[in-house]
Amino acid sequence: MTLDQGLILDGLTITLGDRRLVALSLAIRGGEVATIMGASGSGKSTALAAITGTLPPEFRRTGRILLNSKDISDRPTRLRGVGLMFQDPVLFPHLSVGGNLAFALPAHVTGRSARRLRIDAALASAGLEGLADRDPATLSGGQKARVALLRTLLAEPKALLLDEPFSRLDADLRAQIRRFTFDRAKAAGISTLLVTHDVEDARAAGGPVLSPLGETLPL
Amino acid sequence: MPPLTLGLMTLPIAAGLAGTALPAFGNGGAGIEKLLAWPGLPKSVALSIGTGLVSTLLALALTLLILAAFAGTPAFARIRRGLAPLLSVPHAAAALGLAFLIAPSGWIARLLSPELTGWQVPPDLLILNDPLGLSLTLGLVAKELPFLLLMALAALPQIDADRRLTTAATLGYGRIAAFTFTLLPDLYRQLRLPTYAVLAYGMTTVDMALILGPTLPPTLSAQITLWMGEANLTMRDTAAAGAVLQLVLAVLAISLWRVMEIFTKRALIAIAFTAPRLALIDRPAAFIARLAALLITGTLAFGLAGLSLWSVAGLWQFPDAWPEEITLRTWATAGPSLRETSATTLIIATGATLAALALALACLQAEASLHLTPTKRALVLLYLPLLVPQIAFLPGLQMLALPLGLDGTVAAVMAIHLVFVLPYVFLSLSGPFRAWDGRIATAAATLGASEARIFWRLRLPMLTGPVLTAAAVGMAVSIGQYLPTLMIGGGRVETLTTEAVALSSGGNRRLIGAYAVLQLLLPALAFSAALALPLWLWRDRRLMRGLG
Repeated sequence: MTLDQGLILDGLTITLGDRRLVALSLAIRGGEVATIMGASGSGKSTALAAITGTLPPEFRRTGRILLNSKDISDRPTRLRGVGLMFQDPVLFPHLSVGGNLAFALPAHVTGRSARRLRIDAALASAGLEGLADRDPATLSGGQKARVALLRTLLAEPKALLLDEPFSRLDADLRAQIRRFTFDRAKAAGISTLLVTHDVEDARAAGGPVLSPLGETLPL
Repeated sequence: MPPLTLGLMTLPIAAGLAGTALPAFGNGGAGIEKLLAWPGLPKSVALSIGTGLVSTLLALALTLLILAAFAGTPAFARIRRGLAPLLSVPHAAAALGLAFLIAPSGWIARLLSPELTGWQVPPDLLILNDPLGLSLTLGLVAKELPFLLLMALAALPQIDADRRLTTAATLGYGRIAAFTFTLLPDLYRQLRLPTYAVLAYGMTTVDMALILGPTLPPTLSAQITLWMGEANLTMRDTAAAGAVLQLVLAVLAISLWRVMEIFTKRALIAIAFTAPRLALIDRPAAFIARLAALLITGTLAFGLAGLSLWSVAGLWQFPDAWPEEITLRTWATAGPSLRETSATTLIIATGATLAALALALACLQAEASLHLTPTKRALVLLYLPLLVPQIAFLPGLQMLALPLGLDGTVAAVMAIHLVFVLPYVFLSLSGPFRAWDGRIATAAATLGASEARIFWRLRLPMLTGPVLTAAAVGMAVSIGQYLPTLMIGGGRVETLTTEAVALSSGGNRRLIGAYAVLQLLLPALAFSAALALPLWLWRDRRLMRGLG
């Protein structure tokens, strides 16, 4: 793997009025998890919005975002190949668990049975066998979190962004889901950027830890 | 809002106003001369202004009183459940129900006679169509109070009502004073346009005025309609001049209302400085509020029950409180024409509602994807068809449509209904549409979904409930339209409402009852479907049914 593979933030700065919220230069190789840490309101989520392409118009961005050596800075969100996990699972409430996963499955997986097989296999790989027809609202918190991650990964993203995805989970569940998420991202070989205010999350990520303004933070 | 929709809403109004103004001022002002020469003019003008202002004042005052006394209490939920269904009752049906209730030969007189009154025949009293327009005012209050109340309910959460009331209560304020000093100014700002719409409607309603209002002379708007309906067309210019006058009166009344707003606000600020807690008026105020809610719900409920009873009544002589036999004879005899009229009504309502839904959804989706924020001016334009009196621009539109051969078709009626259906559909849909969780769209976009796919597969299905509710609102609005149907339909397109109003001057109570029952039933069915369908559709989706 060459150096320009993975997610690269090339002098990415974001300002709101006179205030500079984000200033990052960072290369995350495939399978690596980098962390941006800071208090709430420090611009962590703004950085993620810039990478997904959902930055509100009042923010100003300079610098480039490269993914596998392509400049994706101005592409529409859906064409960036960047997956995103929120604090909440944000499952589509009107679709079944299987329907949620099918929504993410790329169109190149054709045929009903082939798609169904992929979904069942994904569920089985996460210990969620037989839940395809369930209402997502009836799942436990841990199950929802795993379905959300499966959904994100089924879309075959080239980079994964995690926006404090563990902060709403109970303490015992937290470590388990965190491990599950990082293992999956590493196994898929994709660049992962975690945003958190929790030192434990940053430690578990095992990669570089930066503030939104680019300072390296000690753990 | 995108230009196409704006044009669709404003163009017919502008064209109609122009079409009204031209004949009014044309021909050397002959129309104006004839209007001014009409001896009934001063009285009919006074009636229009009087019934409009008084009914709006009463409806608004009672709405605020009910809110002040009960907002946030368990009793409020009951009042709301009682009043909300009344919103779907067409104006004409409500008026007919009221007429059947309070007429000298109506249900109230029958219940009291002959034991209490000694009446063996209906007394010769002018209760209905009274010269002062009191029964018309009562009908307007009963019909507009539920509308204002539901508009206020939508506004309350936005102004943080519960916490403000609690804060005021901890400072020792009574409920009424707390509401008046901490909520009323902000609440009224959101109620202003609906109130103006109520005022404009109250001054210029035709169907309610024809059923409940005075006759010699009638209100100005009713007289204009009578002139427009005359066979020999010579009164057209007089009608047009009257329509222009009616518009001027509506503008004057709204301006007067605005001045009253300013004075009321000043007075409130001055009184608030002396900080009266007024805890003692809470109990009497609550009593009046409860009485008003009960009276309005009861009046309409009994009136509508009376209509239904007449439609199945056999022989029912005065002063019997109950018909001698219950029979479906009226329904059987009138069956074919009832069916045909219902079908026409439904076709028009469905067409106008589907078009309104498509336009409203397109506008809202454009607003969301282009990150537009709704402006105040757009809101005023949205309200325009509700603020400009129908009687002021429909005659002009009819006179424009006549030479083009556009009048008198179902399609033309559908198109004019769309102008009035769209604002209500948009208002009903915009709240839930804008409140939709935007993270769903972001999540879907990062999964590679296009905007179209997000709309059709996620946003629209998730908004099934609100879309169906908006559709039911649209159906109810269309079914209730009288004047647009009459004017643009040129008397050749008959709906349940035009038929019911046309019959109201005759004496066939059984047939009136049958038409009015259908007028009630169709919107009620639409609302029931809008409630039931999502529950069935989402029977396996807890979150979609609003459960945790």
